[in-house]
Amino acid sequence: MNASCQYTDFASMYDLEIKHAPDAGGHFGRFGGRFAAETLMQPLKEIEEAFFEAWNDDSFHAERLQLLENYVGRATPLYHAERLSKAFGGAQIYLKREDLTHTGAHKINNTIGQGLLARRMGKKRVIAETGAGQHGVATATVAAMFGMACDIYMGREDMARQMPNVLRMRLLGANVIPVDSGTATLKDAVNEALRNWVATCENTFYIFGTAAGPHPYPLLVRQFHTVIGQEARAQILKQAGRLPDVAVACVGGGSNAMGLLHPFRDDASVRLVAVEAAGYGLSTGKHAASLAAGKAGILHGNLTFLLEDEEGQVMGTHSISAGLDYPGVGPELAFMLEEGRLQLDAATDDEALEALQLLTRSEGIIPALESSHALAAGTRIAKTMDTDQIVLINLSGRGDKDMNTVFKHLGWLENES
Amino acid sequence: MNIRLSKVFERCKQEGHAALIGYLTAGDPDIATSGELLQALADQTDILEIGMPFSDPMADGPVIQAASERALEAGVHIDDVFALTRSVRETHPDLGIVLMGYANVPYAMGFETFAEKAQDAGADAVLIVDIPPEEGHICDAALKKHDLDRILLLSPTSTDERIRLASENGSGFIYYVSLTGITGADMGDIDLIRNKVAHIQSMSDMPVCVGFGIKTPDQAAQVAQFADGVVVGSHFVSRISEAGCNDDILASLLNSAGNMRKAVSSVSAGARA
Repeated sequence: MNASCQYTDFASMYDLEIKHAPDAGGHFGRFGGRFAAETLMQPLKEIEEAFFEAWNDDSFHAERLQLLENYVGRATPLYHAERLSKAFGGAQIYLKREDLTHTGAHKINNTIGQGLLARRMGKKRVIAETGAGQHGVATATVAAMFGMACDIYMGREDMARQMPNVLRMRLLGANVIPVDSGTATLKDAVNEALRNWVATCENTFYIFGTAAGPHPYPLLVRQFHTVIGQEARAQILKQAGRLPDVAVACVGGGSNAMGLLHPFRDDASVRLVAVEAAGYGLSTGKHAASLAAGKAGILHGNLTFLLEDEEGQVMGTHSISAGLDYPGVGPELAFMLEEGRLQLDAATDDEALEALQLLTRSEGIIPALESSHALAAGTRIAKTMDTDQIVLINLSGRGDKDMNTVFKHLGWLENES
Repeated sequence: MNIRLSKVFERCKQEGHAALIGYLTAGDPDIATSGELLQALADQTDILEIGMPFSDPMADGPVIQAASERALEAGVHIDDVFALTRSVRETHPDLGIVLMGYANVPYAMGFETFAEKAQDAGADAVLIVDIPPEEGHICDAALKKHDLDRILLLSPTSTDERIRLASENGSGFIYYVSLTGITGADMGDIDLIRNKVAHIQSMSDMPVCVGFGIKTPDQAAQVAQFADGVVVGSHFVSRISEAGCNDDILASLLNSAGNMRKAVSSVSAGARA
C-alpha cells in the first residue's frame, strides 16, 4: 500500500513549527555558530533572513510540498521488513524508504528546499560539495529543473569511487570540478566550494548538503529533512499502532539522521541511535567516527566534534562509503550527544557490506553503503530485543551507485584487484 | 591596544608613508629556511604576519594552501611557530608582529594557553580568519588579558552594521579584504577599494590596511596612496613555491620585499590622502 494514499491531505502530515531552534547566533549549546570568513557573514545573514521569511510564507510550503509529493515521490513508504526481522529473531524492523525518492536518496528533500530559496533570492547559479555524489546529483537535478547554472565540487578520490554519479551530474548539465587539495575527499570539496562561494556570493547560492556548516545551514537542512521523521512517525502509528522503541540512522554530516531522528526527539520512549562509519575498526584509527572518537573543534563554519590531531590539524578519514567519509558532524548531533539524548553506535566497512548483502537477499532491496551502516547496527540492536518491539531504520539511499565498490570487494571484477 | 603596534602606525605616519605588512607561512618550506626568510622580510616591513599552518585553509588560494601543506609536511608544530616568532622578535624589537591563521589550531590548544604563549613569543596581535566578531566570545578575553590586539577583517560585502561591529570589537588595525575572493586572486577595482576604505576610515578610528591580491609594486603604490597599510602575502609566498632547485629563495624574497618597500615608501605624504 502506498503510504500517501492514507492521507486525504498530503500537507497535513507535516508540522511546520520549528522545534529546538538554536539561539540567534545559530548555537546549539556550545556547538554550532557562524565561524565564517568576513566576506561570507553578510551572504549567510541574507540566507538566514530569506529562510525565515520563506518558512513563514504559506506559498513557499505549498510549492515545496507540491514538489515533494509529485516530483520527489513523497511520502516514501514505511516498510515492515518481516523476513529481515525473522532472520535476527528480535524486534520488528521497519525501513523508511528514502531510497525510493527521485534521484535515489534523501538528499533531494534539502535541495528542493534550498533550490526554492535560491530562486526566491534571485540567484542564477548554485554550487555544492558532494562526497558520494548523491547530494551533487540532487543539486544538479534541482538546478536542471529550475534552469540554474550548477557547479559541483568533488574530491578526485570520491570521483573515482562514485563514477556513475559523476556521469549523472554531467548528464544533468552540471559541471563537476575535481578537488585535489588535502585528502581529495568530502572535507576538501567543502573547502573548495567555500572558496568559490567567497568569490561568487553575489549571484551564487551555496546549496550545503548536510546539517552542518555555518548558521543557518544546520537548522535549514534539518528543517528540510524532517519530512522523513514526520512521515515515519505518522506511518508507524498507523501501521503498528505505536511509536518505535528505537530509531536508527547513519551519520556522516548528519542530514538523514537529523531528518529521521529529530521528529522523535520529544518522544522520550524512543531511543535515538546514530551510527558512524567505523571503517577498518575504531581501534585502527582509520574510520570516520567523529562523535565517538573526535573532540570539539572548529571547521567549516561551526563548532562541533572533529577528528583531529592534538594540535587541531584535521585528519584524513576512512570509510568504504564516500558519503560518511567526513571528519566533522552536524553541531546539533554533537549537542544531542552531550545532552544524553543521542546514543552512538558504529559499523565497520565489512559489517556494512554484510548488511547490504543480507537486506538484498532477504528483502530484495539493495541499499546504499551509507544506509548499510544503519542496517548493520540496527539489526544488531534488534537482535537483542523482543519480537513485539520495533526498530525503525532510515534506508537513506539506494545502492546502485555503490555496485562497483561492492563487486570489487566481493571479488567479482576479475580485472581489478 | 597593543602599544608597539600603535607606535608602528605613528612612526609610519610621521615618515609619511603607509605601513608595509608582509606575510609568510611559518615553517615554509622548512623551519630553518623559514627562519631566514622571516628575518629577511622583517628587515623590509613595518609589520610581519606570521601564518600558522592549518590543514584546511578555507580562505586561502592555491599559493598559501600549498605553503601550509609544505609546512605541515615538514613537521612544523605550533610551538615551532612560537619559536620562529620569538627569533624574529629578538632581532626586531620595534616590528609589529601578527599571528595569523584559523580558529581550530588555537582552539585545540585553548585560547588562554595560546594567548599566553603568543605574548611570550613576542606577538602583538592575532588574526583568526574564521572567528568573526559574533564568535569573539571564545577568544576575546584571553587575547585582551595577554595584550594581544584582535585584528578583524572587513570586505566589500561588509555593511555599515558590520563595519561598526569590527571597529567596536577589533583592535590594532582593520584588515580590509580588497576583493570578494580568496588570497592571491586578482586585486579588485582600485576606485572601489579607495571608496570603501575611505568609508571605513570615516566610521572607525583604527588604521585600515588593505590586503588580498596585491602582487606588484605598482599595485602596492596605488593602495599606499589611501590605505594606512598595504598587505602583501601570496606574492612573497610565491618566491618559495616558484623557486627552482638552484634558485636562491632568500635572494628572490629580498629582491621582492625591497621592491615593495620602495613602492610603498615612495608614495610621499603629499600624495597620501
